[in-house]
Amino acid sequence: MPNEALSTNSSKQLVDAAKRNHAFRNEKSHLMDKIMPVALFLCAALSIATTIGIVATLIGETYHFFEQVPFVDFITGTKWSPLIEPKSFGIWPLICGTLLITVIACLVAVPLGLASAIYLSEYAPKKVRNIVKPILEILAGVPTIVYGYFALSFITPMVRGIFADAGVFNALSAGIVVGIMIIPMVCSLSEDAMTAVPRSLRDGAYALGATRFEVALKIVVPAAFSGIVASAVLAFSRAIGETMIVTVAAGSTPKLTANPLESIQTMTAYIVQVSLGDTPHGSVEYGTIFAVGMTLFVITFLLNILAQYVARRFREEY
Amino acid sequence: MQTLTKNQTLIEINQLNLFYGAFHALKNVSLRIPEKAITAFIGPSGCGKSTLLRTLNRMNDMIPGTRIEGGIAISGTDIYSGDVDVETLRKKVGMVFQQPNPFPKSIYDNIAYGPRLHGIHDRKKLDEIVETSLRSAVLWEEVKDYLKRSAFSLSGGQQQRLCIARALAVNPDILLMDEATSALDPISTLKIEELAQELKDRYTIVMVTHNMHQAARVSNQTVFFLNGEVVEYDETEKLFSNPTDQRTEDYISGRFG
Ligand SMILES: Nc1ncnc2c1ncn2[C@@H]1O[C@H](COP(=O)(O)OP(=O)(O)O)[C@@H](O)[C@H]1O
Ligand SMILES: [Mg+2]
Repeated sequence: MPNEALSTNSSKQLVDAAKRNHAFRNEKSHLMDKIMPVALFLCAALSIATTIGIVATLIGETYHFFEQVPFVDFITGTKWSPLIEPKSFGIWPLICGTLLITVIACLVAVPLGLASAIYLSEYAPKKVRNIVKPILEILAGVPTIVYGYFALSFITPMVRGIFADAGVFNALSAGIVVGIMIIPMVCSLSEDAMTAVPRSLRDGAYALGATRFEVALKIVVPAAFSGIVASAVLAFSRAIGETMIVTVAAGSTPKLTANPLESIQTMTAYIVQVSLGDTPHGSVEYGTIFAVGMTLFVITFLLNILAQYVARRFREEY
Repeated sequence: MQTLTKNQTLIEINQLNLFYGAFHALKNVSLRIPEKAITAFIGPSGCGKSTLLRTLNRMNDMIPGTRIEGGIAISGTDIYSGDVDVETLRKKVGMVFQQPNPFPKSIYDNIAYGPRLHGIHDRKKLDEIVETSLRSAVLWEEVKDYLKRSAFSLSGGQQQRLCIARALAVNPDILLMDEATSALDPISTLKIEELAQELKDRYTIVMVTHNMHQAARVSNQTVFFLNGEVVEYDETEKLFSNPTDQRTEDYISGRFG
């Protein structure tokens, strides 16, 4: 019967078409499956390659620098004046300035950050936490130059009001503001570590008659200790790397001093100074920024390793 | 309501209503719990056993939106009156939870945590408390050589006995146990049940269990709850052999829950 033949024919066509369609879709998804890993790998590879490139440049230029300036002079010298005669390439004044800023910043950021983290995780009602946490994240995104001018126009006058012999540029103001800048980070990371402490541990302590404060201090903080230490070390390396605030507010006088009221210079601020100046490329003076950058890199790298070690060492399992 | 045994009433719950926000979780609960005996709360999941238990040491205070009406008196003192110190109350009313929850500290420090909170720092005194508490919880012989080890090195059953010892270390009068054996294997469960039997001579024990065989084995009196209400309260033997309420009979004969 022609009609039937027709219908079988057309239904066969339909099935074929469906098969083809199906096959096509299959092929397409196979294609995506093959392309995506490659594409994603390339993205990952690109960022790794960039990092390797940066480190390689840093190492190459640093090596070149130490062909002209003895490494021993650099690492033991206590005077840094690579741009003015008589030239001297002792890194310690810059390390000292950096440490001064970093220590002040951490003295501000760790206690305040931790206290606000304890408040948020142990005391604050859920509503408050839901409002404050996003604000903290926004604060962490404020451009640091803004903090720099905040230091110069607000904190410095206050510092000078209290300490008459403080300079217009001083380590204290810059350090305090770097500290203020990293409070949100310390707070946010510590708070994450504390909220991860199981409810059941707190209940156990409350049931023994502990107050909120005792639970926070003797149960939650010890249990979250590795996370808290990690946040503190991260704060430390963040403070070491901070550039704009110290460029604006700490001055540009490399000095081996522990007096926070004096003008100093950090490693980062020095790099900015040379990069912006008219130091000719390829000169020894220009090479200093790579040597300083390398020093910064090594210190931060060691700190990160330390952070990981500490975090593992002090982990209280729960 | 009269006391069921010759033991004196220690806890008196009077027309207690509890709300989680708009949800009415406990409805007109009135109970007298005698001292130095084991009282079991039984009933299907969600009927309010844990909620009632937590009102006895005011752990419900920490759940936002909880509201309470009526009163609870322990030794004649209204524990919800304004001048009651919650920390002192919780010291007197110890609690053991469903999941063993030792602190991430050594066995010794777990036990010493409570006494230290309440101002005992003398090393000798602490040593003594740690030993007595562990002995009371029948754990001493197993751990006496490992007191510095992490509490997590213990098995689940040992951890739970450690939690009992930790609660005993602050010298409570009452011990609340909220399904303290439900996360344990049968042998550990048995050990805890035996322990409860020993402890009842010195402590008033209130235990929540959704295992009625456990209630029947261990307790002196049993309260059967349903939907936030007390359905029946009687001596354990009587309640299980000759319940007065049809719903109790249905529950204990396994017809629901
Ligand atoms: N924190 C809470 N917030 C709101 N409702 C709760 C809370 N805790 C318990 N409930 C509700 O109260 C009722 C009794 O709970 P619970 O006392 O835990 O029961 P049980 O211990 O008998 O299983 C349940 O319906 C439960 O959903
Ligand atoms: Mg329960």
